[in-house]
Amino acid sequence: MQTATLPTPVTQPRSAPPEPVGTGVRSFSLTINGAEYELNVAPWTTLLDALREYLDLTGTKKGCDHGQCGACTVLVDGKRINSCLTLAVMHEDHQITTIEGLADAQTGDLHPVQQAFIDHDAFQCGYCTPGQICSAVGMINEGRVKTDADIRELMSGNICRCGAYPHIVDAIRDVMQLNPTAQ
Amino acid sequence: MITYPFQYKRAGSISEAVALLAEGGKALSGGHSLIPSMKLRLNAPDALVDVGRIAELKGIRLDGNELVIGAGSTHGDIASSGLVQQHVPMFAEGAGHIGDPAVRNRGTIGGSLAHADPSADWPAMVLAADATIVVEGPSGSRSIKATDFFTSMFETALAADELITEVRVPVENGARMTYQKFSQPASRYAIVGCAVVKSADGKVRVAFSGVSDTPFRDTAVEEQLNSGQSATSVASGVSVMSDHYASEEYRRHLANVFLKRALNAVA
Repeated sequence: MQTATLPTPVTQPRSAPPEPVGTGVRSFSLTINGAEYELNVAPWTTLLDALREYLDLTGTKKGCDHGQCGACTVLVDGKRINSCLTLAVMHEDHQITTIEGLADAQTGDLHPVQQAFIDHDAFQCGYCTPGQICSAVGMINEGRVKTDADIRELMSGNICRCGAYPHIVDAIRDVMQLNPTAQ
Repeated sequence: MITYPFQYKRAGSISEAVALLAEGGKALSGGHSLIPSMKLRLNAPDALVDVGRIAELKGIRLDGNELVIGAGSTHGDIASSGLVQQHVPMFAEGAGHIGDPAVRNRGTIGGSLAHADPSADWPAMVLAADATIVVEGPSGSRSIKATDFFTSMFETALAADELITEVRVPVENGARMTYQKFSQPASRYAIVGCAVVKSADGKVRVAFSGVSDTPFRDTAVEEQLNSGQSATSVASGVSVMSDHYASEEYRRHLANVFLKRALNAVA
C-alpha cells in the first residue's frame, strides 16, 4: 500500500495570486477536503481556477475548460461535477472534495480507487487521472453500476486521450468487486 | 476562464430573482449552458443572478392531470424521478442521455429551455409532450405553450426580466412516448433528436431538435402519419442546418432515420 503526501491546508491565498481584474471582488470561504479556505476572488473565477490558481490545489486538471473532457471533475456534496463549468462563489457552504482529499487524512492510505488505478496501470500520461478517479468515486456513490457496459457509459464524461480505458474499467470493476462477465 | 467582468447577485426566492433581473443581467442556475457560452463570448451579461439556491424552483410533483417540474430540477433529478418515469417516461429517458453524469448533476431543465440551444434535447421533448412553460416576471406569472416558446436560434418568448419557474406536462393515460437522438460523440448534444408522443387514440406528435436553427413540431409529418400515410415530408418547410458535424443532406437523412426509430419505439 502506497501512501500519499497530503497537502498542507492553507487558509489564505498563496503569496502572489493573480490580481483580480475589474471590480466586485468577493470574499467568501470554501470547504475543500474538510478544510476551510478563505478566498478573495472576482465572481467570474471558476471553481477550477480557484482551486488551481488561488489555492495551490493543482491536482484538479484543466483540459478543455468547456465541460466536455472531465479532467476537472471534483465532488460537491458527494456528487461529481465539472469544476470548469461552475463559479467558485456558487459553492459557499458546499463540501468540495478534490483528488487531494481522497486519501485517508489520518493514515495517508490511498483511496481504494486510487490504489486500484495504480494496481491496474490505469493511466499513461496521467493528465485525465484525477478527474477519472473523482468521477469513479462519484459514480460508485450513485450506486447504479452493475456491468462493464455501465462503467463505460457512466464514465463517458471523462475522456482519456492515451486510451487507457480498458485498464480504467478493470480498476473500477476491481474496486466494486463486480463480475467481469456480468452482462 | 471567463475573460470579462460581471456582477454576481444571489437570489433567495423567485420574487427576489425577478427584482434582481429587473436591474439587468441573466439568470444563472446550473450554469451549464450559460457559462460555456460566456467563455465563448456568445454571451456577455453585465450581471448574473444566481437562482440555484431557490427552493421554490426545485421539486417534481403531480398537480391534477399535469406533472409539474420545477425549473431548477437537474437533468439527473428528472432522469431518476419515479414520478417522471411513471407519468412522462420520455422525459426520464431523454434526461438520462443529456451530456454525461457530471453535466446531469448540474444542468437544469429551466436553464436549458431558456438558453434554447438548437441542438439541446429538452426543446424537442417539451414540444412533443405539448408542455407549458411557466415564467415569472415583474407583472406576475404567465404560461407559454412550448409551441410558442422557441422563436429562433437561442431566442425564446422569455423576456429578459422573466424567469422560468416550472414546466407543466400533461399526463396522458395510455400514451406511448420516446426521445431518440444521434449524438455528437464528445458533447452528446443532438445532431438530430426526435421526440414522438403517441396518444391512446393512435395520434402522434413529432418534434425535432438539432435539425433546424429553431426546434419545431413537425406538423406536416404529423398530418401524414395521423391520416394513415407514411412520413415522406420530414422537416419540410424548415431550413435544415449544415455544419462540420453533418451536412444538410445528412441531417435530413438522420431526421428520417430517427423518426422511424422513434415510431418503432412507440408502435
